[in-house]
Amino acid sequence: MTTKLIVGLDGAEPGERALDHAKHLSKLIGDCTIELVYIIEWSPYSFQTPEENAMRHKRNEQETKTATERVISPALATLKAEGFKANGRVLHGDAAELLNKVATKEKAQQIIVARSKESGFAAKLFGSVTAKLVMSAGVPVTVVN
Amino acid sequence: MQNKQMVSCAIISIISFFHSSAAFAEGSIDETVNEIFASATGWFVNLIFAPLPGTSFPWIVLWLVTGATVFTIYFGFIQFRAIRHSIDLVKGDYSDPDDAGEVSHFQALATALSGTVGLGNIAGVAVAVSIGGPGATFWMVLAGLMGMASKFTECTLGVKYRNEYADGTVSGGPMYYISKGFKERGVPGGRFLAGLFAVFCILGALGGGNMFQANQAHAQISSIVGDYPGWITGIIFALVVFAVIVGGIKSIASVTEKIVPIMGVLYVSAALIIILMNADKVGWAFEQIFLGAFTGLGVAGGFVGALIQGFKRAAFSNEAGVGSAAIAHSAVRTKEPITEGLVSLLEPFIDTVVICTMTALVIIITGQLTSDPATGLYLVGESGRIITADGSSGVALTSAAFSSAISWFPYVLAVAVVMFAFSTMISWSYYGLKAWTYLFGEGKTTELVFKLMFCVFVVIGAAANLGPVIDFSDAAIFAMAVANIIGLYFLMPIVKKELNSYMSRLKSGEIKKFND
Repeated sequence: MTTKLIVGLDGAEPGERALDHAKHLSKLIGDCTIELVYIIEWSPYSFQTPEENAMRHKRNEQETKTATERVISPALATLKAEGFKANGRVLHGDAAELLNKVATKEKAQQIIVARSKESGFAAKLFGSVTAKLVMSAGVPVTVVN
Repeated sequence: MQNKQMVSCAIISIISFFHSSAAFAEGSIDETVNEIFASATGWFVNLIFAPLPGTSFPWIVLWLVTGATVFTIYFGFIQFRAIRHSIDLVKGDYSDPDDAGEVSHFQALATALSGTVGLGNIAGVAVAVSIGGPGATFWMVLAGLMGMASKFTECTLGVKYRNEYADGTVSGGPMYYISKGFKERGVPGGRFLAGLFAVFCILGALGGGNMFQANQAHAQISSIVGDYPGWITGIIFALVVFAVIVGGIKSIASVTEKIVPIMGVLYVSAALIIILMNADKVGWAFEQIFLGAFTGLGVAGGFVGALIQGFKRAAFSNEAGVGSAAIAHSAVRTKEPITEGLVSLLEPFIDTVVICTMTALVIIITGQLTSDPATGLYLVGESGRIITADGSSGVALTSAAFSSAISWFPYVLAVAVVMFAFSTMISWSYYGLKAWTYLFGEGKTTELVFKLMFCVFVVIGAAANLGPVIDFSDAAIFAMAVANIIGLYFLMPIVKKELNSYMSRLKSGEIKKFND
């Protein structure tokens, strides 16, 4: 049975670090699939104007398309060129919650994320995705520094 | 050609407005605006509020109540038997995780509420109890409960018959369900009725959704900083509205959308605190409400006067049967239109049964309405309103009631009123725009004409006196209900079919909760 690693991408440098670590692990494991996940932060409980609601579906499609084109597709192309087995997806919602959900659904062995360089105050105020994930995940989590 | 006509219409209205401004040198700007406005809209107000022959009961109030009663009975008291499921839907228990990123039930409800919760709940209720006495509260709550069925019907249809465009955007509302639904059922006159609704919706957007808001926001600000001409508030408001709806400055709108719910919670909390502070008077207040509901307790028109005021204010506040919420709710992409109807029925409950009742209780409990200690009847002044403790009316009366218990609350209320007024204007600018584009077609120029006209009416609303503005606002909103409820009568069998199918699938377990 193939080992599955979930990698949280953010379209920036921390995501790259997480992916590098996943590649390293994948080589050590051998039969391994890397599942790339890009999450667009979204809450069903936010407040919007009627116009924003009317445009929401269009924006949803645009956001998914942009994230796929800019983050997931290039990463998948590189991984496949380097001989790795990989899949990718773009989701809307709470990052920590969704990473854990995907890991459970895919029966993954591990979630790999990287610590972002969020300032202490912002992290304290809003709570970091990594901290939330470590506290709530149902599978082992590796946080790359 | 159409565009040309519209542009010239808008130019004429702007010119006539500024032409009237030229007369300001002679007298005060506000007085001139008020006179012109009252004489221009009087006939329309009289037509909508014409009493039933031989009575003082406006036919339009009977129209709304009949509609709400018919829908309540036809759908088997849906507002009571499905409320638990409505709450589960809003919580997201039945939302497919694959639909994440789309408009949620909660968002649609919150957006529609920010269009309705506002001055109707603060100023409107004050008007109702100062004319109809405490008894108006009873009829207002009853109308709120019945109105839940009207809202359910119109919002289900709003989603079912909305237009989805190739670019992914949507347009919906009574004008769409009336024209498409009538065609589907083979009923003639759908396009005419839809057009009529759209015309009234534009007037409603300019009246209750705009002028009334600007007017009361000015009243509240001037009660804090001292009296000054209304057109100054009007121009400031118009500029901010212009920045959002024409300039596309989303940050202002999104800040307002976030502050409004906080203000709403703050308002209800303050009301609850005042009610708790006067817990010993709650029993007496309810006694006044029930007694007043059936005897009038000396108000003009007796218990019928209380009933009319209660029903009028409830309809003006929660807009059930008016059709505006159907425009707001139609943005939800759900496979089951009925779920949107079920969610929307919570609006009149939150808006009228909870928030309006809070306002009324605070006004009654804090003793703002003066009565004759000997007879227990309320003292009515020459204007037909109950004489209040400090002579205030409208939002100033609510403000006085809150300040009698919490001295600094008028400042919070002033901010709340401005925020509520602003968010209601933004919502109604969208409703009006949808009606406008339904009539004149989608297009940048068409939209710009409406948006500019909307901004001009902000200034007129802030500068005119309360009387003519409130009359026109009511009339315009109620006129929407004329066309909408006719449409709902013809289309309610479609809603029933949807409801029965949904309920049976829910019962059989075919429709499941996604949240475990």
